[in-house]
Amino acid sequence: MSCELSANTLHGYFDGELDAVRAAEFEKHMAACGECQRSLAVMSSLREGLHKADLYQTAPIRLRSRISEELGSQTRSTMTKWRWLLIPAVSFALVLLAVRVGSVLRQNRADFDRLQAELIDAHVRSLQPGHLTDVQSTDQHTVKPWFDGKLDFVPPVEDFSPQGFPLVGGRLDVLEGRDVAALVYGRRKHWINLFVWPEGKQAAVTSEGSRHGYNWLSWHAGDTQFSLVSDVSSGDLRELQQLIRH
Amino acid sequence: MLLAQEKIRFEQLVLPHVDAAINLARWLLRNPDDAEDVAQEAVLRAYRFFGGFRGGDARAWLLQIVRNSCYTWLEKRTPVELVTEFNEELHGGTSISPETVALQASDRTKLRNALESLPVRAREVIVLRELEGCSYKEISEVTGIPMGTVMSTLSRARERLAQILGGSARKEVSNEL
Repeated sequence: MSCELSANTLHGYFDGELDAVRAAEFEKHMAACGECQRSLAVMSSLREGLHKADLYQTAPIRLRSRISEELGSQTRSTMTKWRWLLIPAVSFALVLLAVRVGSVLRQNRADFDRLQAELIDAHVRSLQPGHLTDVQSTDQHTVKPWFDGKLDFVPPVEDFSPQGFPLVGGRLDVLEGRDVAALVYGRRKHWINLFVWPEGKQAAVTSEGSRHGYNWLSWHAGDTQFSLVSDVSSGDLRELQQLIRH
Repeated sequence: MLLAQEKIRFEQLVLPHVDAAINLARWLLRNPDDAEDVAQEAVLRAYRFFGGFRGGDARAWLLQIVRNSCYTWLEKRTPVELVTEFNEELHGGTSISPETVALQASDRTKLRNALESLPVRAREVIVLRELEGCSYKEISEVTGIPMGTVMSTLSRARERLAQILGGSARKEVSNEL
């Protein structure tokens, strides 16, 4: 490559994995480097093709039910075996372990912002069959009026299909005891929940993080709180956040 | 009691990622039936090892087990495939136009064939990044590739994929002539 920056940097930039300083350096370089501009365009074409081609394989229902059956039988057989072996020792160990696991779980929970835990719980709950949407439509003009009279605020509803985040629908959810709007977006074969609720005065800070493979991204705008939760990458969440903000 | 609790925790944390498991297995093994068997076995293995899961990224944890199961499966059947490294001569200087890549990549069959023809170590990073949307950190966790090497591995894999698509475009042109 004739350009003095390594080709790798371009990929880090393309994936949003460079820190701000290196990203700015690369942008400066690219402005004057036709070769890098071209490479970046090739990578964009490639990515667009991969996303549009719908190559993601999801688990067939028979596989899910086979796994559930196996889990059931493994749990039972282990318990039967243990019951007849070393009952006192095992129960003592179990008690110790339960206390330990319990305290670890409580500790984790306390460390973790309670609201974020609720958000992820709400996201996981929504993935149970039949729970994702109350109103299923890709049309923002169907989804938005559906919330009329169900909430004491009007959530912004917009479809981002052209940008790769199709609106799937909406539903009511409950967070910390209050009703919130949940909008569902698709991203490839994954779901993203956008929780929206009014929240008085707050600093306009964005917070993000991940737990158990789920990423969240929360921000405040005007008097409204927004939270995105999904198992898609944090980069994807930031992309959707940009779309919602504009 | 504890076992039942563990099962519920497993169902909440790990089972939502069964799609990710089957998708990775399908692309590593290139055969939907084998992928189902290996993914199922890997999920059950994950269940047996769940006591060793110390929290953190459950998807990356499961995918790491799926990947190991797939490699074991591949080693038994296709020992050659695993030692095939990138052909370095192909690497460097992408001479294909973005338009050609866009055109070739818009054909689902061509794209699938091109992806399947990549060496498995190149294929897996593309699948994890582009289909699964993993971050570099997650790719590193799943594959064991050091964090600092993920970027260059992806860079080579993508250029290779672009070149395969460009190559099939050139073949078409020469067939037409």
